[in-house]
Amino acid sequence: MSGEFIAFFVLAICIFAGAVFMLFMNNVVHMVFSIAFTFLSIAGIYVLLQAEFVAVVQVIVYTGAISILAVFGIMLTRHDGKEEEKKRSGHTIFALLVVVAFIGLIIWSVQGAPWGDHAADYDQMQNTKEIGKALFTQYVIPFELTSVLLLVALVGSIILAKEEDKSE
Amino acid sequence: MTVSLVSYLLLAAMLFGIGLFGALTKRNAIVVLFCIELMLNAVNINLVAFAKYGVNANITGQVFSLFTITVAAAEVAVGLAILIALYRNRATVNVDEYDTMKR
Repeated sequence: MSGEFIAFFVLAICIFAGAVFMLFMNNVVHMVFSIAFTFLSIAGIYVLLQAEFVAVVQVIVYTGAISILAVFGIMLTRHDGKEEEKKRSGHTIFALLVVVAFIGLIIWSVQGAPWGDHAADYDQMQNTKEIGKALFTQYVIPFELTSVLLLVALVGSIILAKEEDKSE
Repeated sequence: MTVSLVSYLLLAAMLFGIGLFGALTKRNAIVVLFCIELMLNAVNINLVAFAKYGVNANITGQVFSLFTITVAAAEVAVGLAILIALYRNRATVNVDEYDTMKR
Protein backbone atom coordinates (compact mmCIF):
# COMPACT_ATOMS: atom_id res chain seq x y z
CA MET A 1 0.00 0.00 0.00
CA SER A 2 1.94 3.00 -1.18
CA GLY A 3 0.78 6.59 -0.85
CA GLU A 4 0.36 6.75 -4.62
CA PHE A 5 -2.06 3.83 -4.51
CA ILE A 6 -4.14 5.38 -1.72
CA ALA A 7 -4.28 8.71 -3.56
CA PHE A 8 -5.30 6.98 -6.79
CA PHE A 9 -8.00 5.01 -4.97
CA VAL A 10 -9.50 8.07 -3.26
CA LEU A 11 -9.42 10.13 -6.47
CA ALA A 12 -11.03 7.32 -8.45
CA ILE A 13 -13.83 7.08 -5.87
CA CYS A 14 -14.34 10.86 -6.09
CA ILE A 15 -14.46 10.73 -9.91
CA PHE A 16 -17.01 7.91 -9.99
CA ALA A 17 -19.11 9.46 -7.21
CA GLY A 18 -19.29 12.77 -9.06
CA ALA A 19 -20.10 11.13 -12.39
CA VAL A 20 -22.75 8.77 -10.99
CA PHE A 21 -24.39 11.51 -8.91
CA MET A 22 -24.51 13.59 -12.07
CA LEU A 23 -26.49 10.85 -13.78
CA PHE A 24 -29.00 10.30 -10.99
CA MET A 25 -29.68 13.74 -9.59
CA ASN A 26 -32.91 15.49 -10.43
CA ASN A 27 -31.86 19.10 -10.10
CA VAL A 28 -29.80 20.29 -13.07
CA VAL A 29 -27.76 22.77 -11.00
CA HIS A 30 -26.75 19.98 -8.61
CA MET A 31 -25.66 18.00 -11.67
CA VAL A 32 -23.30 20.80 -12.68
CA PHE A 33 -21.80 20.91 -9.17
CA SER A 34 -21.16 17.18 -9.12
CA ILE A 35 -19.59 17.19 -12.58
CA ALA A 36 -17.35 20.09 -11.49
CA PHE A 37 -16.26 17.88 -8.58
CA THR A 38 -15.46 15.12 -11.08
CA PHE A 39 -13.36 17.50 -13.17
CA LEU A 40 -11.47 18.62 -10.05
CA SER A 41 -10.71 15.01 -9.09
CA ILE A 42 -9.43 14.37 -12.63
CA ALA A 43 -6.99 17.24 -12.07
CA GLY A 44 -5.74 15.29 -9.03
CA ILE A 45 -5.18 12.27 -11.27
CA TYR A 46 -3.04 14.46 -13.55
CA VAL A 47 -0.93 15.56 -10.57
CA LEU A 48 -0.47 11.88 -9.74
CA LEU A 49 0.76 11.34 -13.31
CA GLN A 50 3.32 14.16 -12.95
CA ALA A 51 1.46 16.41 -15.39
CA GLU A 52 1.14 19.49 -13.21
CA PHE A 53 0.60 21.95 -16.03
CA VAL A 54 -2.24 19.89 -17.51
CA ALA A 55 -3.76 19.65 -14.01
CA VAL A 56 -3.78 23.43 -13.60
CA VAL A 57 -5.23 23.88 -17.09
CA GLN A 58 -7.91 21.32 -16.20
CA VAL A 59 -8.87 23.27 -13.08
CA ILE A 60 -8.98 26.59 -14.94
CA VAL A 61 -10.76 25.42 -18.09
CA TYR A 62 -13.04 22.64 -16.86
CA THR A 63 -13.90 23.34 -13.22
CA GLY A 64 -13.79 27.07 -13.83
CA ALA A 65 -14.88 28.10 -17.28
CA ILE A 66 -16.93 25.18 -18.57
CA SER A 67 -18.93 24.71 -15.34
CA ILE A 68 -19.80 28.42 -15.26
CA LEU A 69 -20.77 28.21 -18.93
CA ALA A 70 -23.06 25.29 -18.04
CA VAL A 71 -24.75 27.31 -15.29
CA PHE A 72 -25.26 30.11 -17.81
CA GLY A 73 -26.75 27.67 -20.30
CA ILE A 74 -29.18 26.34 -17.69
CA MET A 75 -30.21 29.78 -16.50
CA LEU A 76 -30.78 31.00 -20.05
CA THR A 77 -32.89 28.04 -21.11
CA ARG A 78 -35.10 26.78 -18.29
CA HIS A 79 -35.84 28.41 -14.99
CA ASP A 80 -37.35 25.60 -12.98
CA GLY A 81 -34.05 23.70 -13.27
CA LYS A 82 -35.72 20.32 -12.87
CA GLU A 83 -35.43 17.37 -15.17
CA GLU A 84 -38.62 15.36 -15.33
CA GLU A 85 -38.02 11.85 -16.53
CA LYS A 86 -40.28 10.17 -18.99
CA LYS A 87 -40.29 6.44 -18.35
CA ARG A 88 -38.39 4.73 -21.14
CA SER A 89 -37.10 1.61 -19.42
CA GLY A 90 -36.53 -0.35 -22.66
CA HIS A 91 -34.34 2.40 -24.03
CA THR A 92 -32.38 2.67 -20.75
CA ILE A 93 -31.79 -1.07 -20.54
CA PHE A 94 -30.59 -1.16 -24.15
CA ALA A 95 -28.19 1.74 -23.50
CA LEU A 96 -26.93 0.00 -20.35
CA LEU A 97 -26.30 -3.20 -22.31
CA VAL A 98 -24.38 -1.31 -25.00
CA VAL A 99 -22.25 0.50 -22.40
CA VAL A 100 -21.52 -2.69 -20.40
CA ALA A 101 -20.52 -4.52 -23.58
CA PHE A 102 -18.27 -1.61 -24.58
CA ILE A 103 -16.55 -1.45 -21.18
CA GLY A 104 -16.16 -5.22 -21.17
CA LEU A 105 -14.50 -5.09 -24.59
CA ILE A 106 -12.09 -2.37 -23.41
CA ILE A 107 -11.24 -4.23 -20.18
CA TRP A 108 -10.64 -7.44 -22.11
CA SER A 109 -8.32 -5.78 -24.62
CA VAL A 110 -6.47 -3.67 -22.01
CA GLN A 111 -5.78 -6.69 -19.81
CA GLY A 112 -4.52 -8.73 -22.76
CA ALA A 113 -2.13 -6.18 -24.25
CA PRO A 114 1.60 -6.30 -23.43
CA TRP A 115 2.20 -2.81 -22.04
CA GLY A 116 5.65 -3.42 -20.65
CA ASP A 117 6.82 -1.73 -17.48
CA HIS A 118 8.17 1.66 -18.45
CA ALA A 119 7.71 4.82 -16.46
CA ALA A 120 9.05 8.12 -17.69
CA ASP A 121 10.33 10.16 -14.78
CA TYR A 122 9.57 13.82 -15.31
CA ASP A 123 11.37 16.47 -13.34
CA GLN A 124 8.76 17.96 -11.02
CA MET A 125 10.07 21.51 -11.43
CA GLN A 126 10.51 21.41 -15.23
CA ASN A 127 7.08 20.31 -16.44
CA THR A 128 5.89 23.70 -17.70
CA LYS A 129 9.26 24.37 -19.31
CA GLU A 130 9.23 21.04 -21.14
CA ILE A 131 5.68 21.63 -22.41
CA GLY A 132 6.61 25.13 -23.52
CA LYS A 133 9.63 23.85 -25.41
CA ALA A 134 7.60 21.18 -27.20
CA LEU A 135 4.73 23.55 -27.92
CA PHE A 136 6.83 26.35 -29.40
CA THR A 137 9.27 24.26 -31.43
CA GLN A 138 7.80 21.00 -32.63
CA TYR A 139 4.11 21.90 -32.36
CA VAL A 140 4.17 25.60 -33.21
CA ILE A 141 1.92 25.25 -36.29
CA PRO A 142 -0.85 23.32 -34.45
CA PHE A 143 -0.53 25.89 -31.65
CA GLU A 144 -1.14 28.77 -34.05
CA LEU A 145 -3.98 26.90 -35.76
CA THR A 146 -5.59 26.45 -32.33
CA SER A 147 -5.69 30.21 -31.90
CA VAL A 148 -7.50 30.50 -35.23
CA LEU A 149 -9.92 27.77 -34.10
CA LEU A 150 -10.66 29.62 -30.85
CA LEU A 151 -11.28 32.85 -32.76
CA VAL A 152 -13.68 31.09 -35.14
CA ALA A 153 -15.49 29.43 -32.20
CA LEU A 154 -15.79 32.79 -30.41
CA VAL A 155 -17.21 34.62 -33.43
CA GLY A 156 -19.40 31.67 -34.40
CA SER A 157 -20.97 31.26 -30.98
CA ILE A 158 -21.70 34.98 -30.72
CA ILE A 159 -23.42 34.93 -34.11
CA LEU A 160 -25.38 31.76 -33.26
CA ALA A 161 -26.57 32.99 -29.87
CA LYS A 162 -27.38 36.51 -31.05
CA GLU A 163 -31.01 37.55 -31.38
CA GLU A 164 -32.01 37.23 -34.99
CA ASP A 165 -32.82 40.35 -36.95
CA LYS A 166 -36.55 41.01 -36.69
CA SER A 167 -36.76 43.18 -39.83
CA GLU A 168 -36.16 40.29 -42.23
CA MET B 1 1.01 -2.23 -4.31
CA THR B 2 1.64 0.36 -6.97
CA VAL B 3 -0.53 2.00 -9.59
CA SER B 4 0.13 0.69 -13.09
CA LEU B 5 -0.87 1.87 -16.54
CA VAL B 6 -3.74 -0.62 -16.59
CA SER B 7 -5.38 1.00 -13.55
CA TYR B 8 -5.45 4.37 -15.27
CA LEU B 9 -6.77 2.85 -18.48
CA LEU B 10 -9.57 1.05 -16.61
CA LEU B 11 -10.47 4.22 -14.73
CA ALA B 12 -10.70 6.10 -18.03
CA ALA B 13 -12.73 3.29 -19.64
CA MET B 14 -15.29 3.33 -16.83
CA LEU B 15 -15.53 7.13 -16.92
CA PHE B 16 -16.07 6.92 -20.68
CA GLY B 17 -18.79 4.32 -20.09
CA ILE B 18 -20.60 6.55 -17.59
CA GLY B 19 -20.42 9.44 -20.04
CA LEU B 20 -21.69 7.26 -22.88
CA PHE B 21 -24.59 6.00 -20.77
CA GLY B 22 -25.57 9.55 -19.84
CA ALA B 23 -25.31 10.78 -23.43
CA LEU B 24 -27.57 7.92 -24.58
CA THR B 25 -30.24 8.19 -21.88
CA LYS B 26 -30.49 11.78 -20.63
CA ARG B 27 -33.15 14.09 -22.06
CA ASN B 28 -31.76 17.49 -21.10
CA ALA B 29 -29.50 18.68 -23.92
CA ILE B 30 -27.12 20.51 -21.56
CA VAL B 31 -26.59 17.33 -19.54
CA VAL B 32 -25.95 15.41 -22.77
CA LEU B 33 -23.32 18.01 -23.69
CA PHE B 34 -21.66 17.49 -20.30
CA CYS B 35 -21.67 13.73 -20.64
CA ILE B 36 -19.74 14.26 -23.88
CA GLU B 37 -17.28 16.39 -21.88
CA LEU B 38 -16.92 13.49 -19.46
CA MET B 39 -15.99 11.21 -22.36
CA LEU B 40 -13.41 13.72 -23.60
CA ASN B 41 -11.95 13.83 -20.08
CA ALA B 42 -11.61 10.06 -20.08
CA VAL B 43 -9.61 10.32 -23.30
CA ASN B 44 -7.39 12.98 -21.69
CA ILE B 45 -6.65 10.67 -18.76
CA ASN B 46 -5.54 8.04 -21.28
CA LEU B 47 -3.27 10.52 -23.08
CA VAL B 48 -1.58 11.71 -19.89
CA ALA B 49 -1.25 8.13 -18.58
CA PHE B 50 0.49 7.09 -21.81
CA ALA B 51 2.74 10.17 -21.52
CA LYS B 52 4.05 8.66 -18.29
CA TYR B 53 3.79 4.89 -18.70
CA GLY B 54 3.64 4.34 -22.46
CA VAL B 55 6.20 2.42 -24.50
CA ASN B 56 7.46 5.65 -26.04
CA ALA B 57 6.72 7.87 -23.07
CA ASN B 58 7.43 11.55 -23.63
CA ILE B 59 5.89 14.98 -23.19
CA THR B 60 3.87 14.77 -26.45
CA GLY B 61 0.95 13.12 -24.67
CA GLN B 62 0.57 16.06 -22.34
CA VAL B 63 0.80 18.54 -25.23
CA PHE B 64 -1.87 16.58 -27.10
CA SER B 65 -4.16 16.59 -24.07
CA LEU B 66 -3.77 20.39 -23.88
CA PHE B 67 -4.95 20.62 -27.50
CA THR B 68 -7.89 18.34 -26.66
CA ILE B 69 -8.88 20.56 -23.73
CA THR B 70 -8.78 23.62 -26.00
CA VAL B 71 -10.95 22.01 -28.66
CA ALA B 72 -13.37 20.75 -25.98
CA ALA B 73 -13.73 24.26 -24.60
CA ALA B 74 -14.48 25.61 -28.08
CA GLU B 75 -16.96 22.76 -28.58
CA VAL B 76 -18.84 23.60 -25.37
CA ALA B 77 -19.06 27.28 -26.31
CA VAL B 78 -20.44 26.53 -29.78
CA GLY B 79 -22.71 23.78 -28.42
CA LEU B 80 -24.28 26.06 -25.84
CA ALA B 81 -24.75 28.78 -28.46
CA ILE B 82 -26.56 26.28 -30.70
CA LEU B 83 -28.66 25.19 -27.70
CA ILE B 84 -29.69 28.76 -26.93
CA ALA B 85 -30.63 29.35 -30.56
CA LEU B 86 -32.63 26.08 -30.55
CA TYR B 87 -34.33 27.04 -27.29
CA ARG B 88 -35.37 30.35 -28.79
CA ASN B 89 -37.05 28.57 -31.70
CA ARG B 90 -38.53 25.51 -29.99
CA ALA B 91 -38.84 26.59 -26.31
CA THR B 92 -37.52 23.25 -25.01
CA VAL B 93 -34.17 21.70 -24.08
CA ASN B 94 -35.30 18.07 -24.29
CA VAL B 95 -33.39 16.26 -27.02
CA ASP B 96 -36.31 13.97 -27.89
CA GLU B 97 -38.44 16.97 -28.84
CA TYR B 98 -35.94 18.15 -31.45
CA ASP B 99 -37.54 15.92 -34.08
CA THR B 100 -38.28 18.23 -37.00
CA MET B 101 -36.33 16.06 -39.44
CA LYS B 102 -38.15 12.92 -38.26
CA ARG B 103 -41.66 14.20 -38.99
